[in-house]
Amino acid sequence: MKFTLSWLKEHLETEASLDEILYALTDLGLEVEEVEDPASKLASFTLAKVKHAEQHPDADRLRVCTVETDEGDKQIVCGAPNARAGITVVLCKPGDYVPGIDVTLSVGNIRGVESHGMMASERELELSDEHNGIIELPSGEVGQKFTDWLAANDPAKVDPVIDIAITPNRQDALGVRGIARDLAARGLGEMKPVDEPRVEGQFPSPIKVTIDDDAREGGCEVFAGRLIRGVKNGPSPEWLQQRLRAIGLRPISALVDVTNFFTFDRNRPLHVFDADKVKGDLRVHRTKGGETLIGLDEKEYTFPAGAVAISDDNGIESIAGIMGGLETGCTEETVNVFLEAAVWDTIQIAKTGRALKINSDARYRNERGIDPAYNLQAIEDATQMILDLCGGEASTVVVAGKVPDVSRAYKLDAAKVQSLVGMEIPESEQRQTLTRLGFRMEGNMAHVPSWRPDVQGPADLVEEVARVASLTKLEPIPLARPTVSVPKPTQTPLQRRETIARRTAASLGYNECVTYSFIDRKSAELFGGGADATMLDNPISSEMSHMRPDLLPGLLQAAARNQARGFSDLALFECGPAFTGGEPGEQRLQISGLLIGRTGPKDVHGQSRAVDVYDAKADAEAVLAAIGAPAKAQIFRNGEAWWHPGRHGQICLGPKKVLGVFGELHPKVLAEMDVKGPAVAFTVWPENVPMPKKKSATRPALELRDLQAVERDFAFVVDADVEALTLVNAAAGADKALIDEVRIFDQFIGGSLGEGKKSIAITVRLQPTEKTLKEKDIEAVAAKIVEKVSKATGGTLRG
Amino acid sequence: MDDLKQKYLSAIADAGDEAALEDIRVQAVGKKGEVSLKMRELGKMTPEERQVAGPALNALKDELNSALAAKKTALADAALDERLRTEWLDVTLPGRGRGQGTIHPVSQVSEEIAAIFANLGFAVAEGPQIETDWYNFDSLNIPPHHPARQEFDTFYMHRDEADERPPHVLRTHTSPVQTRAMEKQGAPIRVIAPGRVYRSDYDQTHTPMFHQVEGLAIDRDISMANLKWVLEEFFAAFFEIDGIKTRFRASHFPFTEPSAEVDIQCSWVDGQLKIGEGDDWMEVLGSGMVHPKVLQAAGVNPDEWQGFAFGMGIDRLAMLKYGIPDLRAFFDSDLRWLRHYGFASLDVPTLHGGLSR
Repeated sequence: MKFTLSWLKEHLETEASLDEILYALTDLGLEVEEVEDPASKLASFTLAKVKHAEQHPDADRLRVCTVETDEGDKQIVCGAPNARAGITVVLCKPGDYVPGIDVTLSVGNIRGVESHGMMASERELELSDEHNGIIELPSGEVGQKFTDWLAANDPAKVDPVIDIAITPNRQDALGVRGIARDLAARGLGEMKPVDEPRVEGQFPSPIKVTIDDDAREGGCEVFAGRLIRGVKNGPSPEWLQQRLRAIGLRPISALVDVTNFFTFDRNRPLHVFDADKVKGDLRVHRTKGGETLIGLDEKEYTFPAGAVAISDDNGIESIAGIMGGLETGCTEETVNVFLEAAVWDTIQIAKTGRALKINSDARYRNERGIDPAYNLQAIEDATQMILDLCGGEASTVVVAGKVPDVSRAYKLDAAKVQSLVGMEIPESEQRQTLTRLGFRMEGNMAHVPSWRPDVQGPADLVEEVARVASLTKLEPIPLARPTVSVPKPTQTPLQRRETIARRTAASLGYNECVTYSFIDRKSAELFGGGADATMLDNPISSEMSHMRPDLLPGLLQAAARNQARGFSDLALFECGPAFTGGEPGEQRLQISGLLIGRTGPKDVHGQSRAVDVYDAKADAEAVLAAIGAPAKAQIFRNGEAWWHPGRHGQICLGPKKVLGVFGELHPKVLAEMDVKGPAVAFTVWPENVPMPKKKSATRPALELRDLQAVERDFAFVVDADVEALTLVNAAAGADKALIDEVRIFDQFIGGSLGEGKKSIAITVRLQPTEKTLKEKDIEAVAAKIVEKVSKATGGTLRG
Repeated sequence: MDDLKQKYLSAIADAGDEAALEDIRVQAVGKKGEVSLKMRELGKMTPEERQVAGPALNALKDELNSALAAKKTALADAALDERLRTEWLDVTLPGRGRGQGTIHPVSQVSEEIAAIFANLGFAVAEGPQIETDWYNFDSLNIPPHHPARQEFDTFYMHRDEADERPPHVLRTHTSPVQTRAMEKQGAPIRVIAPGRVYRSDYDQTHTPMFHQVEGLAIDRDISMANLKWVLEEFFAAFFEIDGIKTRFRASHFPFTEPSAEVDIQCSWVDGQLKIGEGDDWMEVLGSGMVHPKVLQAAGVNPDEWQGFAFGMGIDRLAMLKYGIPDLRAFFDSDLRWLRHYGFASLDVPTLHGGLSR
């Protein structure tokens, strides 16, 4: 909402400085976004007088002037036709910045004659487009500041323009008078009274108005209007044009400018029809859908069904409360005008405005809620102004519907301000504030003014009192801790798990990424997503159209970007939600790590190598161990399609309970996502790891055996597709009491073993509990191990 | 006997290696060595002679043995020295590499925030990121068609034509967690709710996803002055600047009343922003007293309970504290950025260990 200081002062009698007003506005909740003070760019210019003007010796059109300035007489070369002795001019000295020509002046030499400055035209000072000659002032003293002269003689030219942000509850501040009221309540001045003219109708309005029954409820509360005949439309007077221009509006014609004036002065949108183009009466009604209208902005609009419109016998003529139609709009030739002031249902305006995608000043105000009580008087005020500017004769006023009764009152509980805000404000001051804001106090009941639809309860009264008193003055008061004891931990077990998982991944060498929760459909589909349920209706781009089904596609895209920047070895991870569907809660926490390229750069120790599936497995297991997963899990294949079918494993507790997955990514997925491999990854779902049952922090007692453990190595030849874990489990099962650990220490494939065979070597650690093992005990266990392994794998002890 | 002693001591001293030394030992004190043979002769002596010669021979044997041991050690030391001399390595070669991981600033700062608020008794609440429009808007006193709805630049989820429910939204703020937390826990309650939020906006200073932290404290007598204290305590702890000032400005949010925008004290010197000093103010968050309708929607009786809520941007706080210039880079995963602005895995922010790294 833009307005000028002088416009504000039409409503507010104040001595406050611009800075004081700006501070108060922001503090009151009318946040100042921008201030444009034209005086600031004119500050250096002073008045001067031309003493002589003589023909330039070398140029027909130039004159050499002697100019009396506050720094003595100066010689200035000037090309303006009106440069002559005796006139008072605006002087720009060497060193001054001249805004209209974007030049900082210096002493010039024009065809051999020195020139010490320039005398400015209005355009050169950005005061207007006038450039036929230099400014000639009718008064003023040599050396007087030009801004001072303007302030005294033409204040509009140095009028600061203030732009404030309006929060959705402050529709009343969408008119300058509402802003003035807030400042007056704050004590920055007094409200000026407004005239309330009443224009007697000279004849009945030939245009009648009606509201269809189905358009009353949730459509139009009241529709009032009158005809003014015999007007002479044309440009509006300079003061009005100036005001509109200052706030960025284009003056159109007196009739239209009047409606815009009331829109911004009183937050009262109005509309004017050219009565000669209206056929028959005006009717407010619901649309059927599909009707079209060319609006004042010359665009064609197609109505949805159930919108509210104004029609005459020719059809729809206005998008009620949002924009008038071009056909019946006023032009310079209009002589008979029909003035409309209506109160529309705010929700209806919002719906229709959104459907038609029109953002007009009228919609903006009508959907936030104007003062419904300012309706008939608005007709009178606008009529008077039209008569003043355009002449003519007014009819009686025609009204359909009635002004809604919005009267209501809430109890002012003076103690509530203390309790809710924590500020002590005497009751008398609270009452005074409300009264100044337009509330009517009756005992302790505050009657809400009709222009404040936002005030809906006692809490709103507190807000009004507090903001006028100034929240800046609020002093902090300590909030008691809920307990004087040492604070209890606040993380839930899962939150704690998330933190630990994240920090474990980072300590394994991964860099944490935070990628967008939405990705493109193609990438989503590669990872089992991309269904319509997870699609955004209004994505910001096709690259961000679907909720991610998994964290890996985002990490792969990040990897591709980094590869394009020349980084080939990457360890990236992310911890966050992935989305399984489009309903609230269809998301689950996931931590995924991605390794690409080599374990590190080439190095002197030769340890750098391509990453492989066992790196991802180790990291997945490390993360799982850190968040408390049981040490023994099963490894299943048959994971999702984005994994290399033979090189991935799901870490499970039983076939349904998947804690994590690791593996090499499918080469097709890498190719689709433009990532150069090798690429291995893991994912862990922290929620799937069972929560520990125990409550106590006590650990089980440590059992240390005094008897020496014995280790024995075995090598088995098995078929190549036998899984090592099967072999290990078989060996471990040979004597559960005695066998402490089974470790694989070697694998050898093919070679002398022949095609399709491999050898797996294990170390078995035997831990006796009661007596030292004798050789025959060990041999007995060894025989059992061989038997078990053979049975489970079909393998034989390697000779 | 002295000759014997001299002979062997000098032989030991001259021994060049362990083998030579072993030969000398066998010759001198071995089973058939000269000293041993002499000791066998003791039996043939008179007791008097034996009393003189016995101790003398024992002393000689001991002396030769210790000379042998000393020489053996000396030879071993010399051999070790010689070996070590050949084992020189270039220790300026790099050590074996180990990948350096990092924690993203958003995670780090979220933990800092949680640590501070835990001390004030605020637990961490969570809620879904795909939300119903009731939780995201209606429950927060933003009914359908309220003009405030348009100001959020909401992302809507796709809705099948047959499904007549209003479309779900990507939560535009963390405020719906207020409602969910109060529904679950009732009053009194103190929670913060950090997490991802979404708005359809993408330019120099906006990304369609960012992070917010919501704060909510409901009790019988909590006031806005308490809110101011909590925020000033928070900023003092977070920025590690004692006595940092905030300024409350009246504003409007549908879910709070009264509402205030909160600025923190700062200064701009030569284009450098400094928090906690100077005369300028920078807007950092929105806050207010929870609107009675919001309490009601969450099943909390507004006649009995009152309190405050606030919401601020986590990414923004991270930018301010750690001097990170561009929001968009947070979500770009540029390895150089992650390494430069990331945190070490063990740099866990705690109140006792400090919050800043």
